[in-house]
Amino acid sequence: MKRKLVVIGNGMAGARLVEEILLRGGGERFEIVMFGDEPYGNYNRILLSNVLAGAHDPKDIFINPLRWYEDNHVKLHAGVRVASVDRAARLVHGDNGVVESYDDLVFAMGSSAFVPRMDGIEKNGVFVFRTLDDCDSIIKYTEGRKTAAVIGGGLLGLEAARGLMERGMKVHVVHLMNHLMEVQLDRMAGSILRSTLVRMGLQVHLEKATCEITGNGSVTGLRFKDGGTLDCDMVVISAGIRPNTQLAKEAGLTVARGIVVGDDLATPDDPNVFAIGECSEHDGKTYGLVAPLWDQARVLAERLSARRPQATYHGSKIATKLKVMGVDLAVMGDRESSGPDDEEVTYAEAKRGVYKKVIVRDGRIVGAILLGDPAAAPGLVQAFDRGVEVPDNRAELLFQLDAGAANTTRIEDLPDDTQICNCNGVSKGDILDAVKKGCRSLKVLCDTTRAGMGCGTCKKQVETLLEFGAGDSKVEDPSVHYYVPGVPLPKPDLVEEIRARGLKSVSAVFRELADGKEDPGSKPGLASLLKTLWGKDYVDERDARFINDRVHANIQRDATFSVIPRIYGGVTTADQLRAIADAADKYDAKMVKITGGQRIDLLGIKKEDLPNVWRDLGMPSGHAYSKAFRTCKTCVGSEFCRYGVGHSTELGIKIEERFQGIESPHKMKLATAGCPRNCSEATTKDIGAVAIEGGLWEIYVGGAAGSRVRKGDILCTVGSQEEVLLYTGRFMQYYRENGKYLERTYDFIERVGIDKVRAVVVDDAEGIAERLDAAMQASVDAYVDPWKETPHETQFSESLEPQGQLVQLRTARAVGER
Amino acid sequence: MTTWNLGPVDRIALGEGRAYRAGEHEVAVFRTRTGGLFATQARCPHKQGPLADGIVGAHQVICPLHAYTFDLHTGCPKNGTCEALRTYEVEVNSAGDVLLHL
Repeated sequence: MKRKLVVIGNGMAGARLVEEILLRGGGERFEIVMFGDEPYGNYNRILLSNVLAGAHDPKDIFINPLRWYEDNHVKLHAGVRVASVDRAARLVHGDNGVVESYDDLVFAMGSSAFVPRMDGIEKNGVFVFRTLDDCDSIIKYTEGRKTAAVIGGGLLGLEAARGLMERGMKVHVVHLMNHLMEVQLDRMAGSILRSTLVRMGLQVHLEKATCEITGNGSVTGLRFKDGGTLDCDMVVISAGIRPNTQLAKEAGLTVARGIVVGDDLATPDDPNVFAIGECSEHDGKTYGLVAPLWDQARVLAERLSARRPQATYHGSKIATKLKVMGVDLAVMGDRESSGPDDEEVTYAEAKRGVYKKVIVRDGRIVGAILLGDPAAAPGLVQAFDRGVEVPDNRAELLFQLDAGAANTTRIEDLPDDTQICNCNGVSKGDILDAVKKGCRSLKVLCDTTRAGMGCGTCKKQVETLLEFGAGDSKVEDPSVHYYVPGVPLPKPDLVEEIRARGLKSVSAVFRELADGKEDPGSKPGLASLLKTLWGKDYVDERDARFINDRVHANIQRDATFSVIPRIYGGVTTADQLRAIADAADKYDAKMVKITGGQRIDLLGIKKEDLPNVWRDLGMPSGHAYSKAFRTCKTCVGSEFCRYGVGHSTELGIKIEERFQGIESPHKMKLATAGCPRNCSEATTKDIGAVAIEGGLWEIYVGGAAGSRVRKGDILCTVGSQEEVLLYTGRFMQYYRENGKYLERTYDFIERVGIDKVRAVVVDDAEGIAERLDAAMQASVDAYVDPWKETPHETQFSESLEPQGQLVQLRTARAVGER
Repeated sequence: MTTWNLGPVDRIALGEGRAYRAGEHEVAVFRTRTGGLFATQARCPHKQGPLADGIVGAHQVICPLHAYTFDLHTGCPKNGTCEALRTYEVEVNSAGDVLLHL
């Protein structure tokens, strides 16, 4: 028996909530009914100013056209205003007589334009700017008229002003306060913005309270409280919004400024009645930007779909990027500092219309304004969102440019045939087409176009294009927060469940934590995690492994395999070389190659020959095929090199002997260098040890020299090889337990922050060092050379032969139906 | 229609696929953990990846070369732009042998 969910409101919050519920399989749980008082599907209200400006056709701003409701079996009462809610009987009455019962009810009624008290608002030519119909009326009225006044110099007022200017009107913005956009901007930013807008031809009147709209039947002007007047042919009132709460009030719900809800987004009066979006009030705050709506919709969808019934909402960190009349603006957190302990860092360049301010508290960003400089915004927003420690040199924050962003064209401005994904050859045009066709989450977009599915470096650009193409209708696939897409839990929660329920196999995880639904793409990630968690008690199901880990070799483009035996620290012997040469001859290797990790690769080996090659080589596996410890590159070091100050070869061999084959979220490539000349490139490895004078070793973590280049951070400096092994192992274990699947150490370090990693691994700030060391030791002890295991009888068969051909009547039981 | 006896179903590890050569035909046969049995063309239409080496689950297979994913019931691609796989009828007889109908 399905529960019945009624959503009052079909705007950005209501429709988004329903979309998020459907994304989480909530369609099986609920019969969903919606009321919307506009006679349309759901459109993107933020783009109304583009419709006003003539840049968008009204039909292009729909996120969910009426068809979408039909396709998803959502019953929409379009154009029906809800007259009353009878909570005792659990009924919703529409103003057309329709009655719907509910088990769960959501208020998502948004807000209405606030109209300050003034005379003459009934005249022809006075508008508010809130809906598609308002937009349509304004456009019609502009025809043949010259001058418009916009009352309100906030974000919405300026957007309306831009639209009217694009239509060729002379536009005056009349604002009560002493600077524009006082909600988002400080005074300096407001004044720089004003100069920029005035240069564009906008007339700005500050500290003006309108008391009367003058004219005989139709608008001819405004009169201000200070006695001043202004001539105009039409007026758009855009002086703020008021949450729509009347219906909830009449239904006996607690209303302050908005409909009051708790962390569960439910009203205190009724656990089955919820409110989200602009009509709701959480923790004393109402929101008027879109990002908090998305957060609330996501949390409530998690709860209602029973994906995470205990999910809670704790307010939104507001970081928003917008364009005000074409001027780039990013604002986040606090607008002003709130005491002597806050530090303000500012930079102003009025002539270029650039202003930047960051407020730092306890070493973290608590607020920022960034006007006229879009390049620094992404880095700043990220630092704010994640609460990372800011650099001592604060200028780095204000002038943080994406590598090369300063002198490259913005992706939005590139021609459509520009190749964005260099792995799979996907162009900007391909990506934008897919967005137009309805790919509105990054995951679906990448899946559909294959952009970003190679090395992944272009994912950021693909995301930028998605934002550019879909604007605020972009959705986030819930699985981005899960460890693997097929099990709806973030890594820490997943680990907790696996431990608590004693789940030791991949199929047990699907059975217990994913409603019994297998997801093939999630199998390798789960296998890796379970092996890390359970060690020798892990119940190994080979079908969960990628082919490389089933046959312990790396699959090549022609379905042959490559064999790389382990050569500890890159140090080999004449006997080993002879064995390798003999095997290359005997098994007809297509190529014998020295690898980047100082090993020897036999390429073009047939699958069925693999076990024989291993046997003949008599060497252990080099794990060149798995998400695990790979190799430790070394330089000659103090044994031979005249500059060497540390025995890097010896240390490299020890590292490799200890950590060979240790599984991790992604591959780990290491190096040791015998002096700071760093011939083995240890500073750009996942972990590197560099010998320095005085018998010391610097340990670097999170280096990269692949699709990204990043110098590793110094974890610590130690005085012995044993300590290098200790901290290397401890860091690895911390990464194994906390890294996301397929997250390389360099991304992990940037996500968690080197200071945190150092605190845990070096200073034992969490008191877990001993446990991490013991867990690593257990994994080392449990290590078995995979080239010695006994596989399934047909694992290495290239193809199997049938036992015969028959012609018979079919009486057998069909299993896989077509 | 030719029917081939591919031998005991146990030759295919549970949850995996195996490739068979039946006369002129190369066929991949998959045995899912839920007890389903499916047969498709052996090579991925994208770049001829060996589908029998793919990861299987929820009656889908993921090609090991570039992660193109196909529905085993219909052969239709689940992601990316790729042709559909040919699918064949396959069953297990009472003796536990796999019968493939081409």
